[in-house]
Amino acid sequence: MLAAMVVAFGTLAVLLVDTIVTGWPELDRQLFTDPPSTVPEEAGARPAILATLYLGLIVLLLSVPIGVLTAVYLEEYANRERWWNRVIEVSIQNLAAVPSIVYGILGLAFIVRGIGIGRVVLAGALILTLVVLPTVIVASREAIRSVPDSIRQGAFALGATKWQVVWRQVLPAAIPGMATGSILALSRAVGETAPLIMVGAIVYVAFDPTLFGAYTALPVQIYNWTKQPDPTFQTLAAAGAIVLLAIVLAMNAVAIVLRNRYRRRW
Amino acid sequence: MASTDVVARSALALPRKRIRWGEKLVQGLLFLAAAVSVLTTVGIVISLLLPAVEFFGEVSPLDFLTGTTWAPLFEPAHFGVVPLVVGTFMISLWSALVAFPLGVGVAIYLSEYAPPRVAATLKPVLEILAAIPTVVLGYFALTFVTPLLRDVGLDVEIFNALAASLVLGVMLIPTVASLSEDAMAAVPRDLRDGGYALGADKLQVSTRIVVPAAISGIIAAFVLAFSRAVGETMIVLIAAGQLPQITFDPRETIETMTAFIGATGNGDVPTGSIEYKTIFAVGLTLFLITLVLNLISIRLVRRFREVYE
Repeated sequence: MLAAMVVAFGTLAVLLVDTIVTGWPELDRQLFTDPPSTVPEEAGARPAILATLYLGLIVLLLSVPIGVLTAVYLEEYANRERWWNRVIEVSIQNLAAVPSIVYGILGLAFIVRGIGIGRVVLAGALILTLVVLPTVIVASREAIRSVPDSIRQGAFALGATKWQVVWRQVLPAAIPGMATGSILALSRAVGETAPLIMVGAIVYVAFDPTLFGAYTALPVQIYNWTKQPDPTFQTLAAAGAIVLLAIVLAMNAVAIVLRNRYRRRW
Repeated sequence: MASTDVVARSALALPRKRIRWGEKLVQGLLFLAAAVSVLTTVGIVISLLLPAVEFFGEVSPLDFLTGTTWAPLFEPAHFGVVPLVVGTFMISLWSALVAFPLGVGVAIYLSEYAPPRVAATLKPVLEILAAIPTVVLGYFALTFVTPLLRDVGLDVEIFNALAASLVLGVMLIPTVASLSEDAMAAVPRDLRDGGYALGADKLQVSTRIVVPAAISGIIAAFVLAFSRAVGETMIVLIAAGQLPQITFDPRETIETMTAFIGATGNGDVPTGSIEYKTIFAVGLTLFLITLVLNLISIRLVRRFREVYE
């Protein structure tokens, strides 16, 4: 058992140390200010880092409202005997286990080529939203379920309508749980690569991204660099990985702190 | 006269329920949000099925499922998916062999041995392992694990299934551990105390009472981890290579279904071509395999669930 712990935590430690040591020489201002280049010494990741921030923001704005509203519907309103509500349940259960690259295929078929908005930031954000939506829904449902019924009954007894109960009592009480789940889902979206390869741009992007413009995200940029034979690009990949790890781990840290701080006992 | 009538009636009967249109509107909006998930599922099925049907109009499904050569971009093209499936299952099996014992070991430690405060500290760290972006893990497998394997004397290719499987296996430890631990936590204290009363030591109680009692959850964790491994893309794409061949030697370069999709779907392939349609045929195969695995996992949990009072 101790061996299992050592392997798990040892690998984590070795991975972090190895990435930092390898990427350190290229972790400079240029990485944040310059676009990628075919000359490794001049290459940076500014467009990729910006695009990843945009993606994260849009995913947050889309996935949290849809996810929370779905959770409210399933927990507070839906009658489980109805077939359409069972279809919704089964869909979510299934979507949570669909490989992320399959979402990429969905994006390739519908968003990029079907509707034809092209390989733009918005397309990538829509697909990432769908990828993390089940995570947000499941976390929000758990948070809502942990609010005891006595709170609801108290509010009903005072004459509140159903929506007033949900909006003024249940949701405020469930915010910490929903926030934790949403941040974890967002950190997953930021680190996700496979679907973006399908709907994102693997192309060389030398300018700052816009909502409807070509883009490359930070994980995709790292993937691109790992494929280059020049060893400086390998170092750049590690430097990009440090930035990505910093973003993702910071979000996880915030989620953990939130969870510990606001854990409520009813 | 009329007003006393109204008063009399309202005193006798409960007031008729007023329809609150605001409440109805909210309920409609909530339902729309929930419908997004159903639409996504339908969208995935349609987006896979339509091009796949076109594909199977040009390539016979039998050739696809039984062919042992995968060379869609060569002339003459071969569309036998077996090498990709074998590659996928080899990676999944090896990574499950890594993740399963280690994950269950971690779960036993956290559930039975670790003091509560230690467990509370270790669990979030374990979650971090699951949160590492897979592109970083793939890079780590390629640039650290593969050279390490060579240093210890293993004759591995630059791109090899072993390094990818090892890293993927470690990535899956938190999944196996957290589900197994949930199952072990559900085993009632009485069973453990009964074991101790019969003179069993902690290891015996853990391995002969708690683990068997929690076996349904542990098996479900194993199947889920296997399914995750089947669907994982970046680690295998970066570290295991793109050489579709039927081999069970993990030191070799291989190609998985996900790696093929990722390598082919990046935009160079013209829409409507047969190469473009192969993405969807392989994607459909992948989708069905993971679907079956997930159904098995759900079914296992139900069938072997022990109900404790």
